[in-house]
Amino acid sequence: MLRYIAARLAGMIPLLFGITLICFFVIHLAPGDPAQFLASMNPKFSETAYQKFEKMYGLDKPLPEQYIIWLKRVAVLDFGESFSQDGKTVTAKIMERMPVTIYLNVMGMLLIFLIALPLGVWSAYKQNSLFDKSVTVFVFIGFAVPTFWLALLCMYYFGVIKGWLPISGLTSYNFDQLSFLGKVWDVAWHSFLPVLLSVFGGLAGLSRFARNSMLEVLGEDYIISARARGLSERRVVFKHALKNAMLPVVTILGLSVPGLIGGSVIFESIFGIAGMGQLFYQAVMMRDYPVVMGILVMGAVLTLIGNLIADICYGLVDPRIRYGKK
Amino acid sequence: MIKKFLAVLLVFAVFGCGQKKSDSGAEPEVSRKRAIPNAVYGDAVVVSMLGDATGLIYNITSDSASHDVADKIYNGLVRYDKNMNIVGDLADSWEIVDDGKGIIFHLNQDVRWHDGKPFTAEDVEFTYKFMIDDKTPTSYDADFRLVSKFEIIDKYTVKVSYNEPFAPALISWGMPMLPKHLLQGQDVKKSPLLRRPVGTGPYKFLEWKAGDSITLVANDDYFLGRPYLDRYIFRIIPDTATTFLELLNGSIDIMGLSPLQWSKQTDSNPRFTSQYNKHMYLASSYDYVGYNQKKPMFQDKRVRQALAYATPKQDIIKGLQFGLGVEATGPYKPGTVWYNPNVKKYDYNIETAKKLLAQAGYKDTNGDGIVEKEGKPLKFELITNQGNTVRTSICEVLQKSWEKIGVKVDIRVLEWATFINEYINKQKFDAVVLGWNILNDPDLYDVWYSGNCGGQKLNFICYQNKELDEQLIAGRKEFDPQKRKEYYFKAQEILAEDQPYTFLMVPNALVAVSKRFNEVRPAPAGIGYNQEDWWVEKDKQKYSFQK
Repeated sequence: MLRYIAARLAGMIPLLFGITLICFFVIHLAPGDPAQFLASMNPKFSETAYQKFEKMYGLDKPLPEQYIIWLKRVAVLDFGESFSQDGKTVTAKIMERMPVTIYLNVMGMLLIFLIALPLGVWSAYKQNSLFDKSVTVFVFIGFAVPTFWLALLCMYYFGVIKGWLPISGLTSYNFDQLSFLGKVWDVAWHSFLPVLLSVFGGLAGLSRFARNSMLEVLGEDYIISARARGLSERRVVFKHALKNAMLPVVTILGLSVPGLIGGSVIFESIFGIAGMGQLFYQAVMMRDYPVVMGILVMGAVLTLIGNLIADICYGLVDPRIRYGKK
Repeated sequence: MIKKFLAVLLVFAVFGCGQKKSDSGAEPEVSRKRAIPNAVYGDAVVVSMLGDATGLIYNITSDSASHDVADKIYNGLVRYDKNMNIVGDLADSWEIVDDGKGIIFHLNQDVRWHDGKPFTAEDVEFTYKFMIDDKTPTSYDADFRLVSKFEIIDKYTVKVSYNEPFAPALISWGMPMLPKHLLQGQDVKKSPLLRRPVGTGPYKFLEWKAGDSITLVANDDYFLGRPYLDRYIFRIIPDTATTFLELLNGSIDIMGLSPLQWSKQTDSNPRFTSQYNKHMYLASSYDYVGYNQKKPMFQDKRVRQALAYATPKQDIIKGLQFGLGVEATGPYKPGTVWYNPNVKKYDYNIETAKKLLAQAGYKDTNGDGIVEKEGKPLKFELITNQGNTVRTSICEVLQKSWEKIGVKVDIRVLEWATFINEYINKQKFDAVVLGWNILNDPDLYDVWYSGNCGGQKLNFICYQNKELDEQLIAGRKEFDPQKRKEYYFKAQEILAEDQPYTFLMVPNALVAVSKRFNEVRPAPAGIGYNQEDWWVEKDKQKYSFQK
């Protein structure tokens, strides 16, 4: 098993290298560069500013050379400094945004799993019943409704008209003066609507997945034989069917690891949350290459690790899959 | 000149005789030079910004969010007053000497940095050297590079010299002054002042929550008197729809409204009308259609004039801006001193437009509805940038309207970076719908001078006119506003006659401001020019803070 993991990890290095290479050249293919945003289309800007910035950012060097310089730094885990004027390092910028995004995504994902799995399993068990059909309609409404529109409606109704919930932001202005419990409550109160809406939008995928997987298992011969042996319905469903039906769900769990650090731009803009989505979007629009590359590399690493974890989990839950033994 | 100089002196004599700082007390004395009758201290103003600031040293940032915040923290030597006249700020007065080639600034002797150190001529010299240093990441160095000599005459007097008279020089010293004692010998990109600025302005920096809010607190020691409000809070809300909901909720105090919000979503909503007043004044910008003069079809003046006649400016203002704007006739804001109201106007007239096209030799010979000359149809592409729905709609209106005189237009909407790099800078376009900000100084050199055609320069339509160049050069050398005005009046006549741009409209700035503030008085300079004077009655105060 350890050998398997080591081999997989070693195999990731050329893969990661390839990903950075492609990302680097693709982002540089997009027209424009960061110097241009600081030194164009404004009569007050001086004419020499563009060249000055180009030189300052090292953009006057040929692209392959820029890539080598970047790669050398990343090899020692230094993502460099952002091109934006605040002079922060890329790592600092990402660390500033990461906790918020992870918090919202973990909350959202946890709730999605807690709600979607029972919904899917129960729908499969009661296939074609009224319950099954209404669940289908409900989750697909969530899937189909544009979240930003629903978000604005909820903000207007619960925030402005009823005044029950805050409209935007993740903390109150006086957050620092609150007690510990007050802070917890404040964040929970502010994140209620964003989390609720992301859960509503995300139910469809997982619940459908769980339903199909369960249906498939429930149709298997060994379920029929389990029932024929007179096992209780509870034992059949939970012990024999559910355990096997949940196997594909592990894949989903593994694949959603990189999703934990990716924020949604529209969502974060609407709710005024300073998360990763906005950071990435603004970095792309401003052609802030170091930040863009930093986030992409982190995403790539997490995707690869997520895949690895999913594969390992397979081995753990499915006796038919064993690694490291020929 | 002397008269004006005296007037400025007088104004400052009134302000200047405030209390001297007490050296003994541990608590700094609150500077109470502001004399608004009945005004009381307290409360705060909360404004929203669409993006976070990038850094709080004004001189090296170029985004509007950073500038909005830094504006409250720093002062320049001079500034514009509410009527757009140049008045002293950190400089009590100035003299223009050596036939316009030199300026002597007399600095206010009562100014302290937020950390308590006095502001002196050394700081001015440092700021000048900082601006022209190649290591400084600033875009605003051009005006400072024209300085031929910088002298410190005494602790509170400096003299700057130029090789030739340069009228925009004076206001270039409105650039915020930076503290020498904190920045000298440092790499400004790593300076803590980017995150915790120290200035001389009415508000001091308190706190910055990245992506969430920036809080400033009133400067008790401000040399023009402490502002009445305790705090100035910037909240970052990236979405305008959300911002409007926060406004209805009463969580923010000022918001720039869209024409749609202004005319349809405010008067009918009691939540809005009970909390806010609406203010409207002309914005400092205009929209235009620019014709690339390098394209043969646009080299004939009559074609450009015909297109101008076929442009329904009034319909554009009514239909797209809900009537909230005025027609533009040139590059200045109507109502300001530089605006010439008596230039050639192009009232919508299809017949005149057709006649002009016919004179230019364009006729529809093959009956396809498009006019031709020497077999070439009058057909071109109109481009604009993505993300500005008004501009996209203007393109559609123009397409429809120009079709009536037999001109075929294709529209292309492009992402900003592509738009600038691939089309504007390379001059690979026929006609463009775009806007310019109207600067307070009337200098048009960057956008209209013949030599600024091509490359990444701003005369990207490549309009070249010797007569106009003469006016622009002369205007740059004249300090007397009355004489200077004549050059720019003439320049506007030339532009109106030649129509290198069809000037479309100057939109209105539409602002909602909370009713609880007193002293909110829109002026040509907008609404924020006297923000330090705003105050709130005790019983209406919304926020209170522990010292």
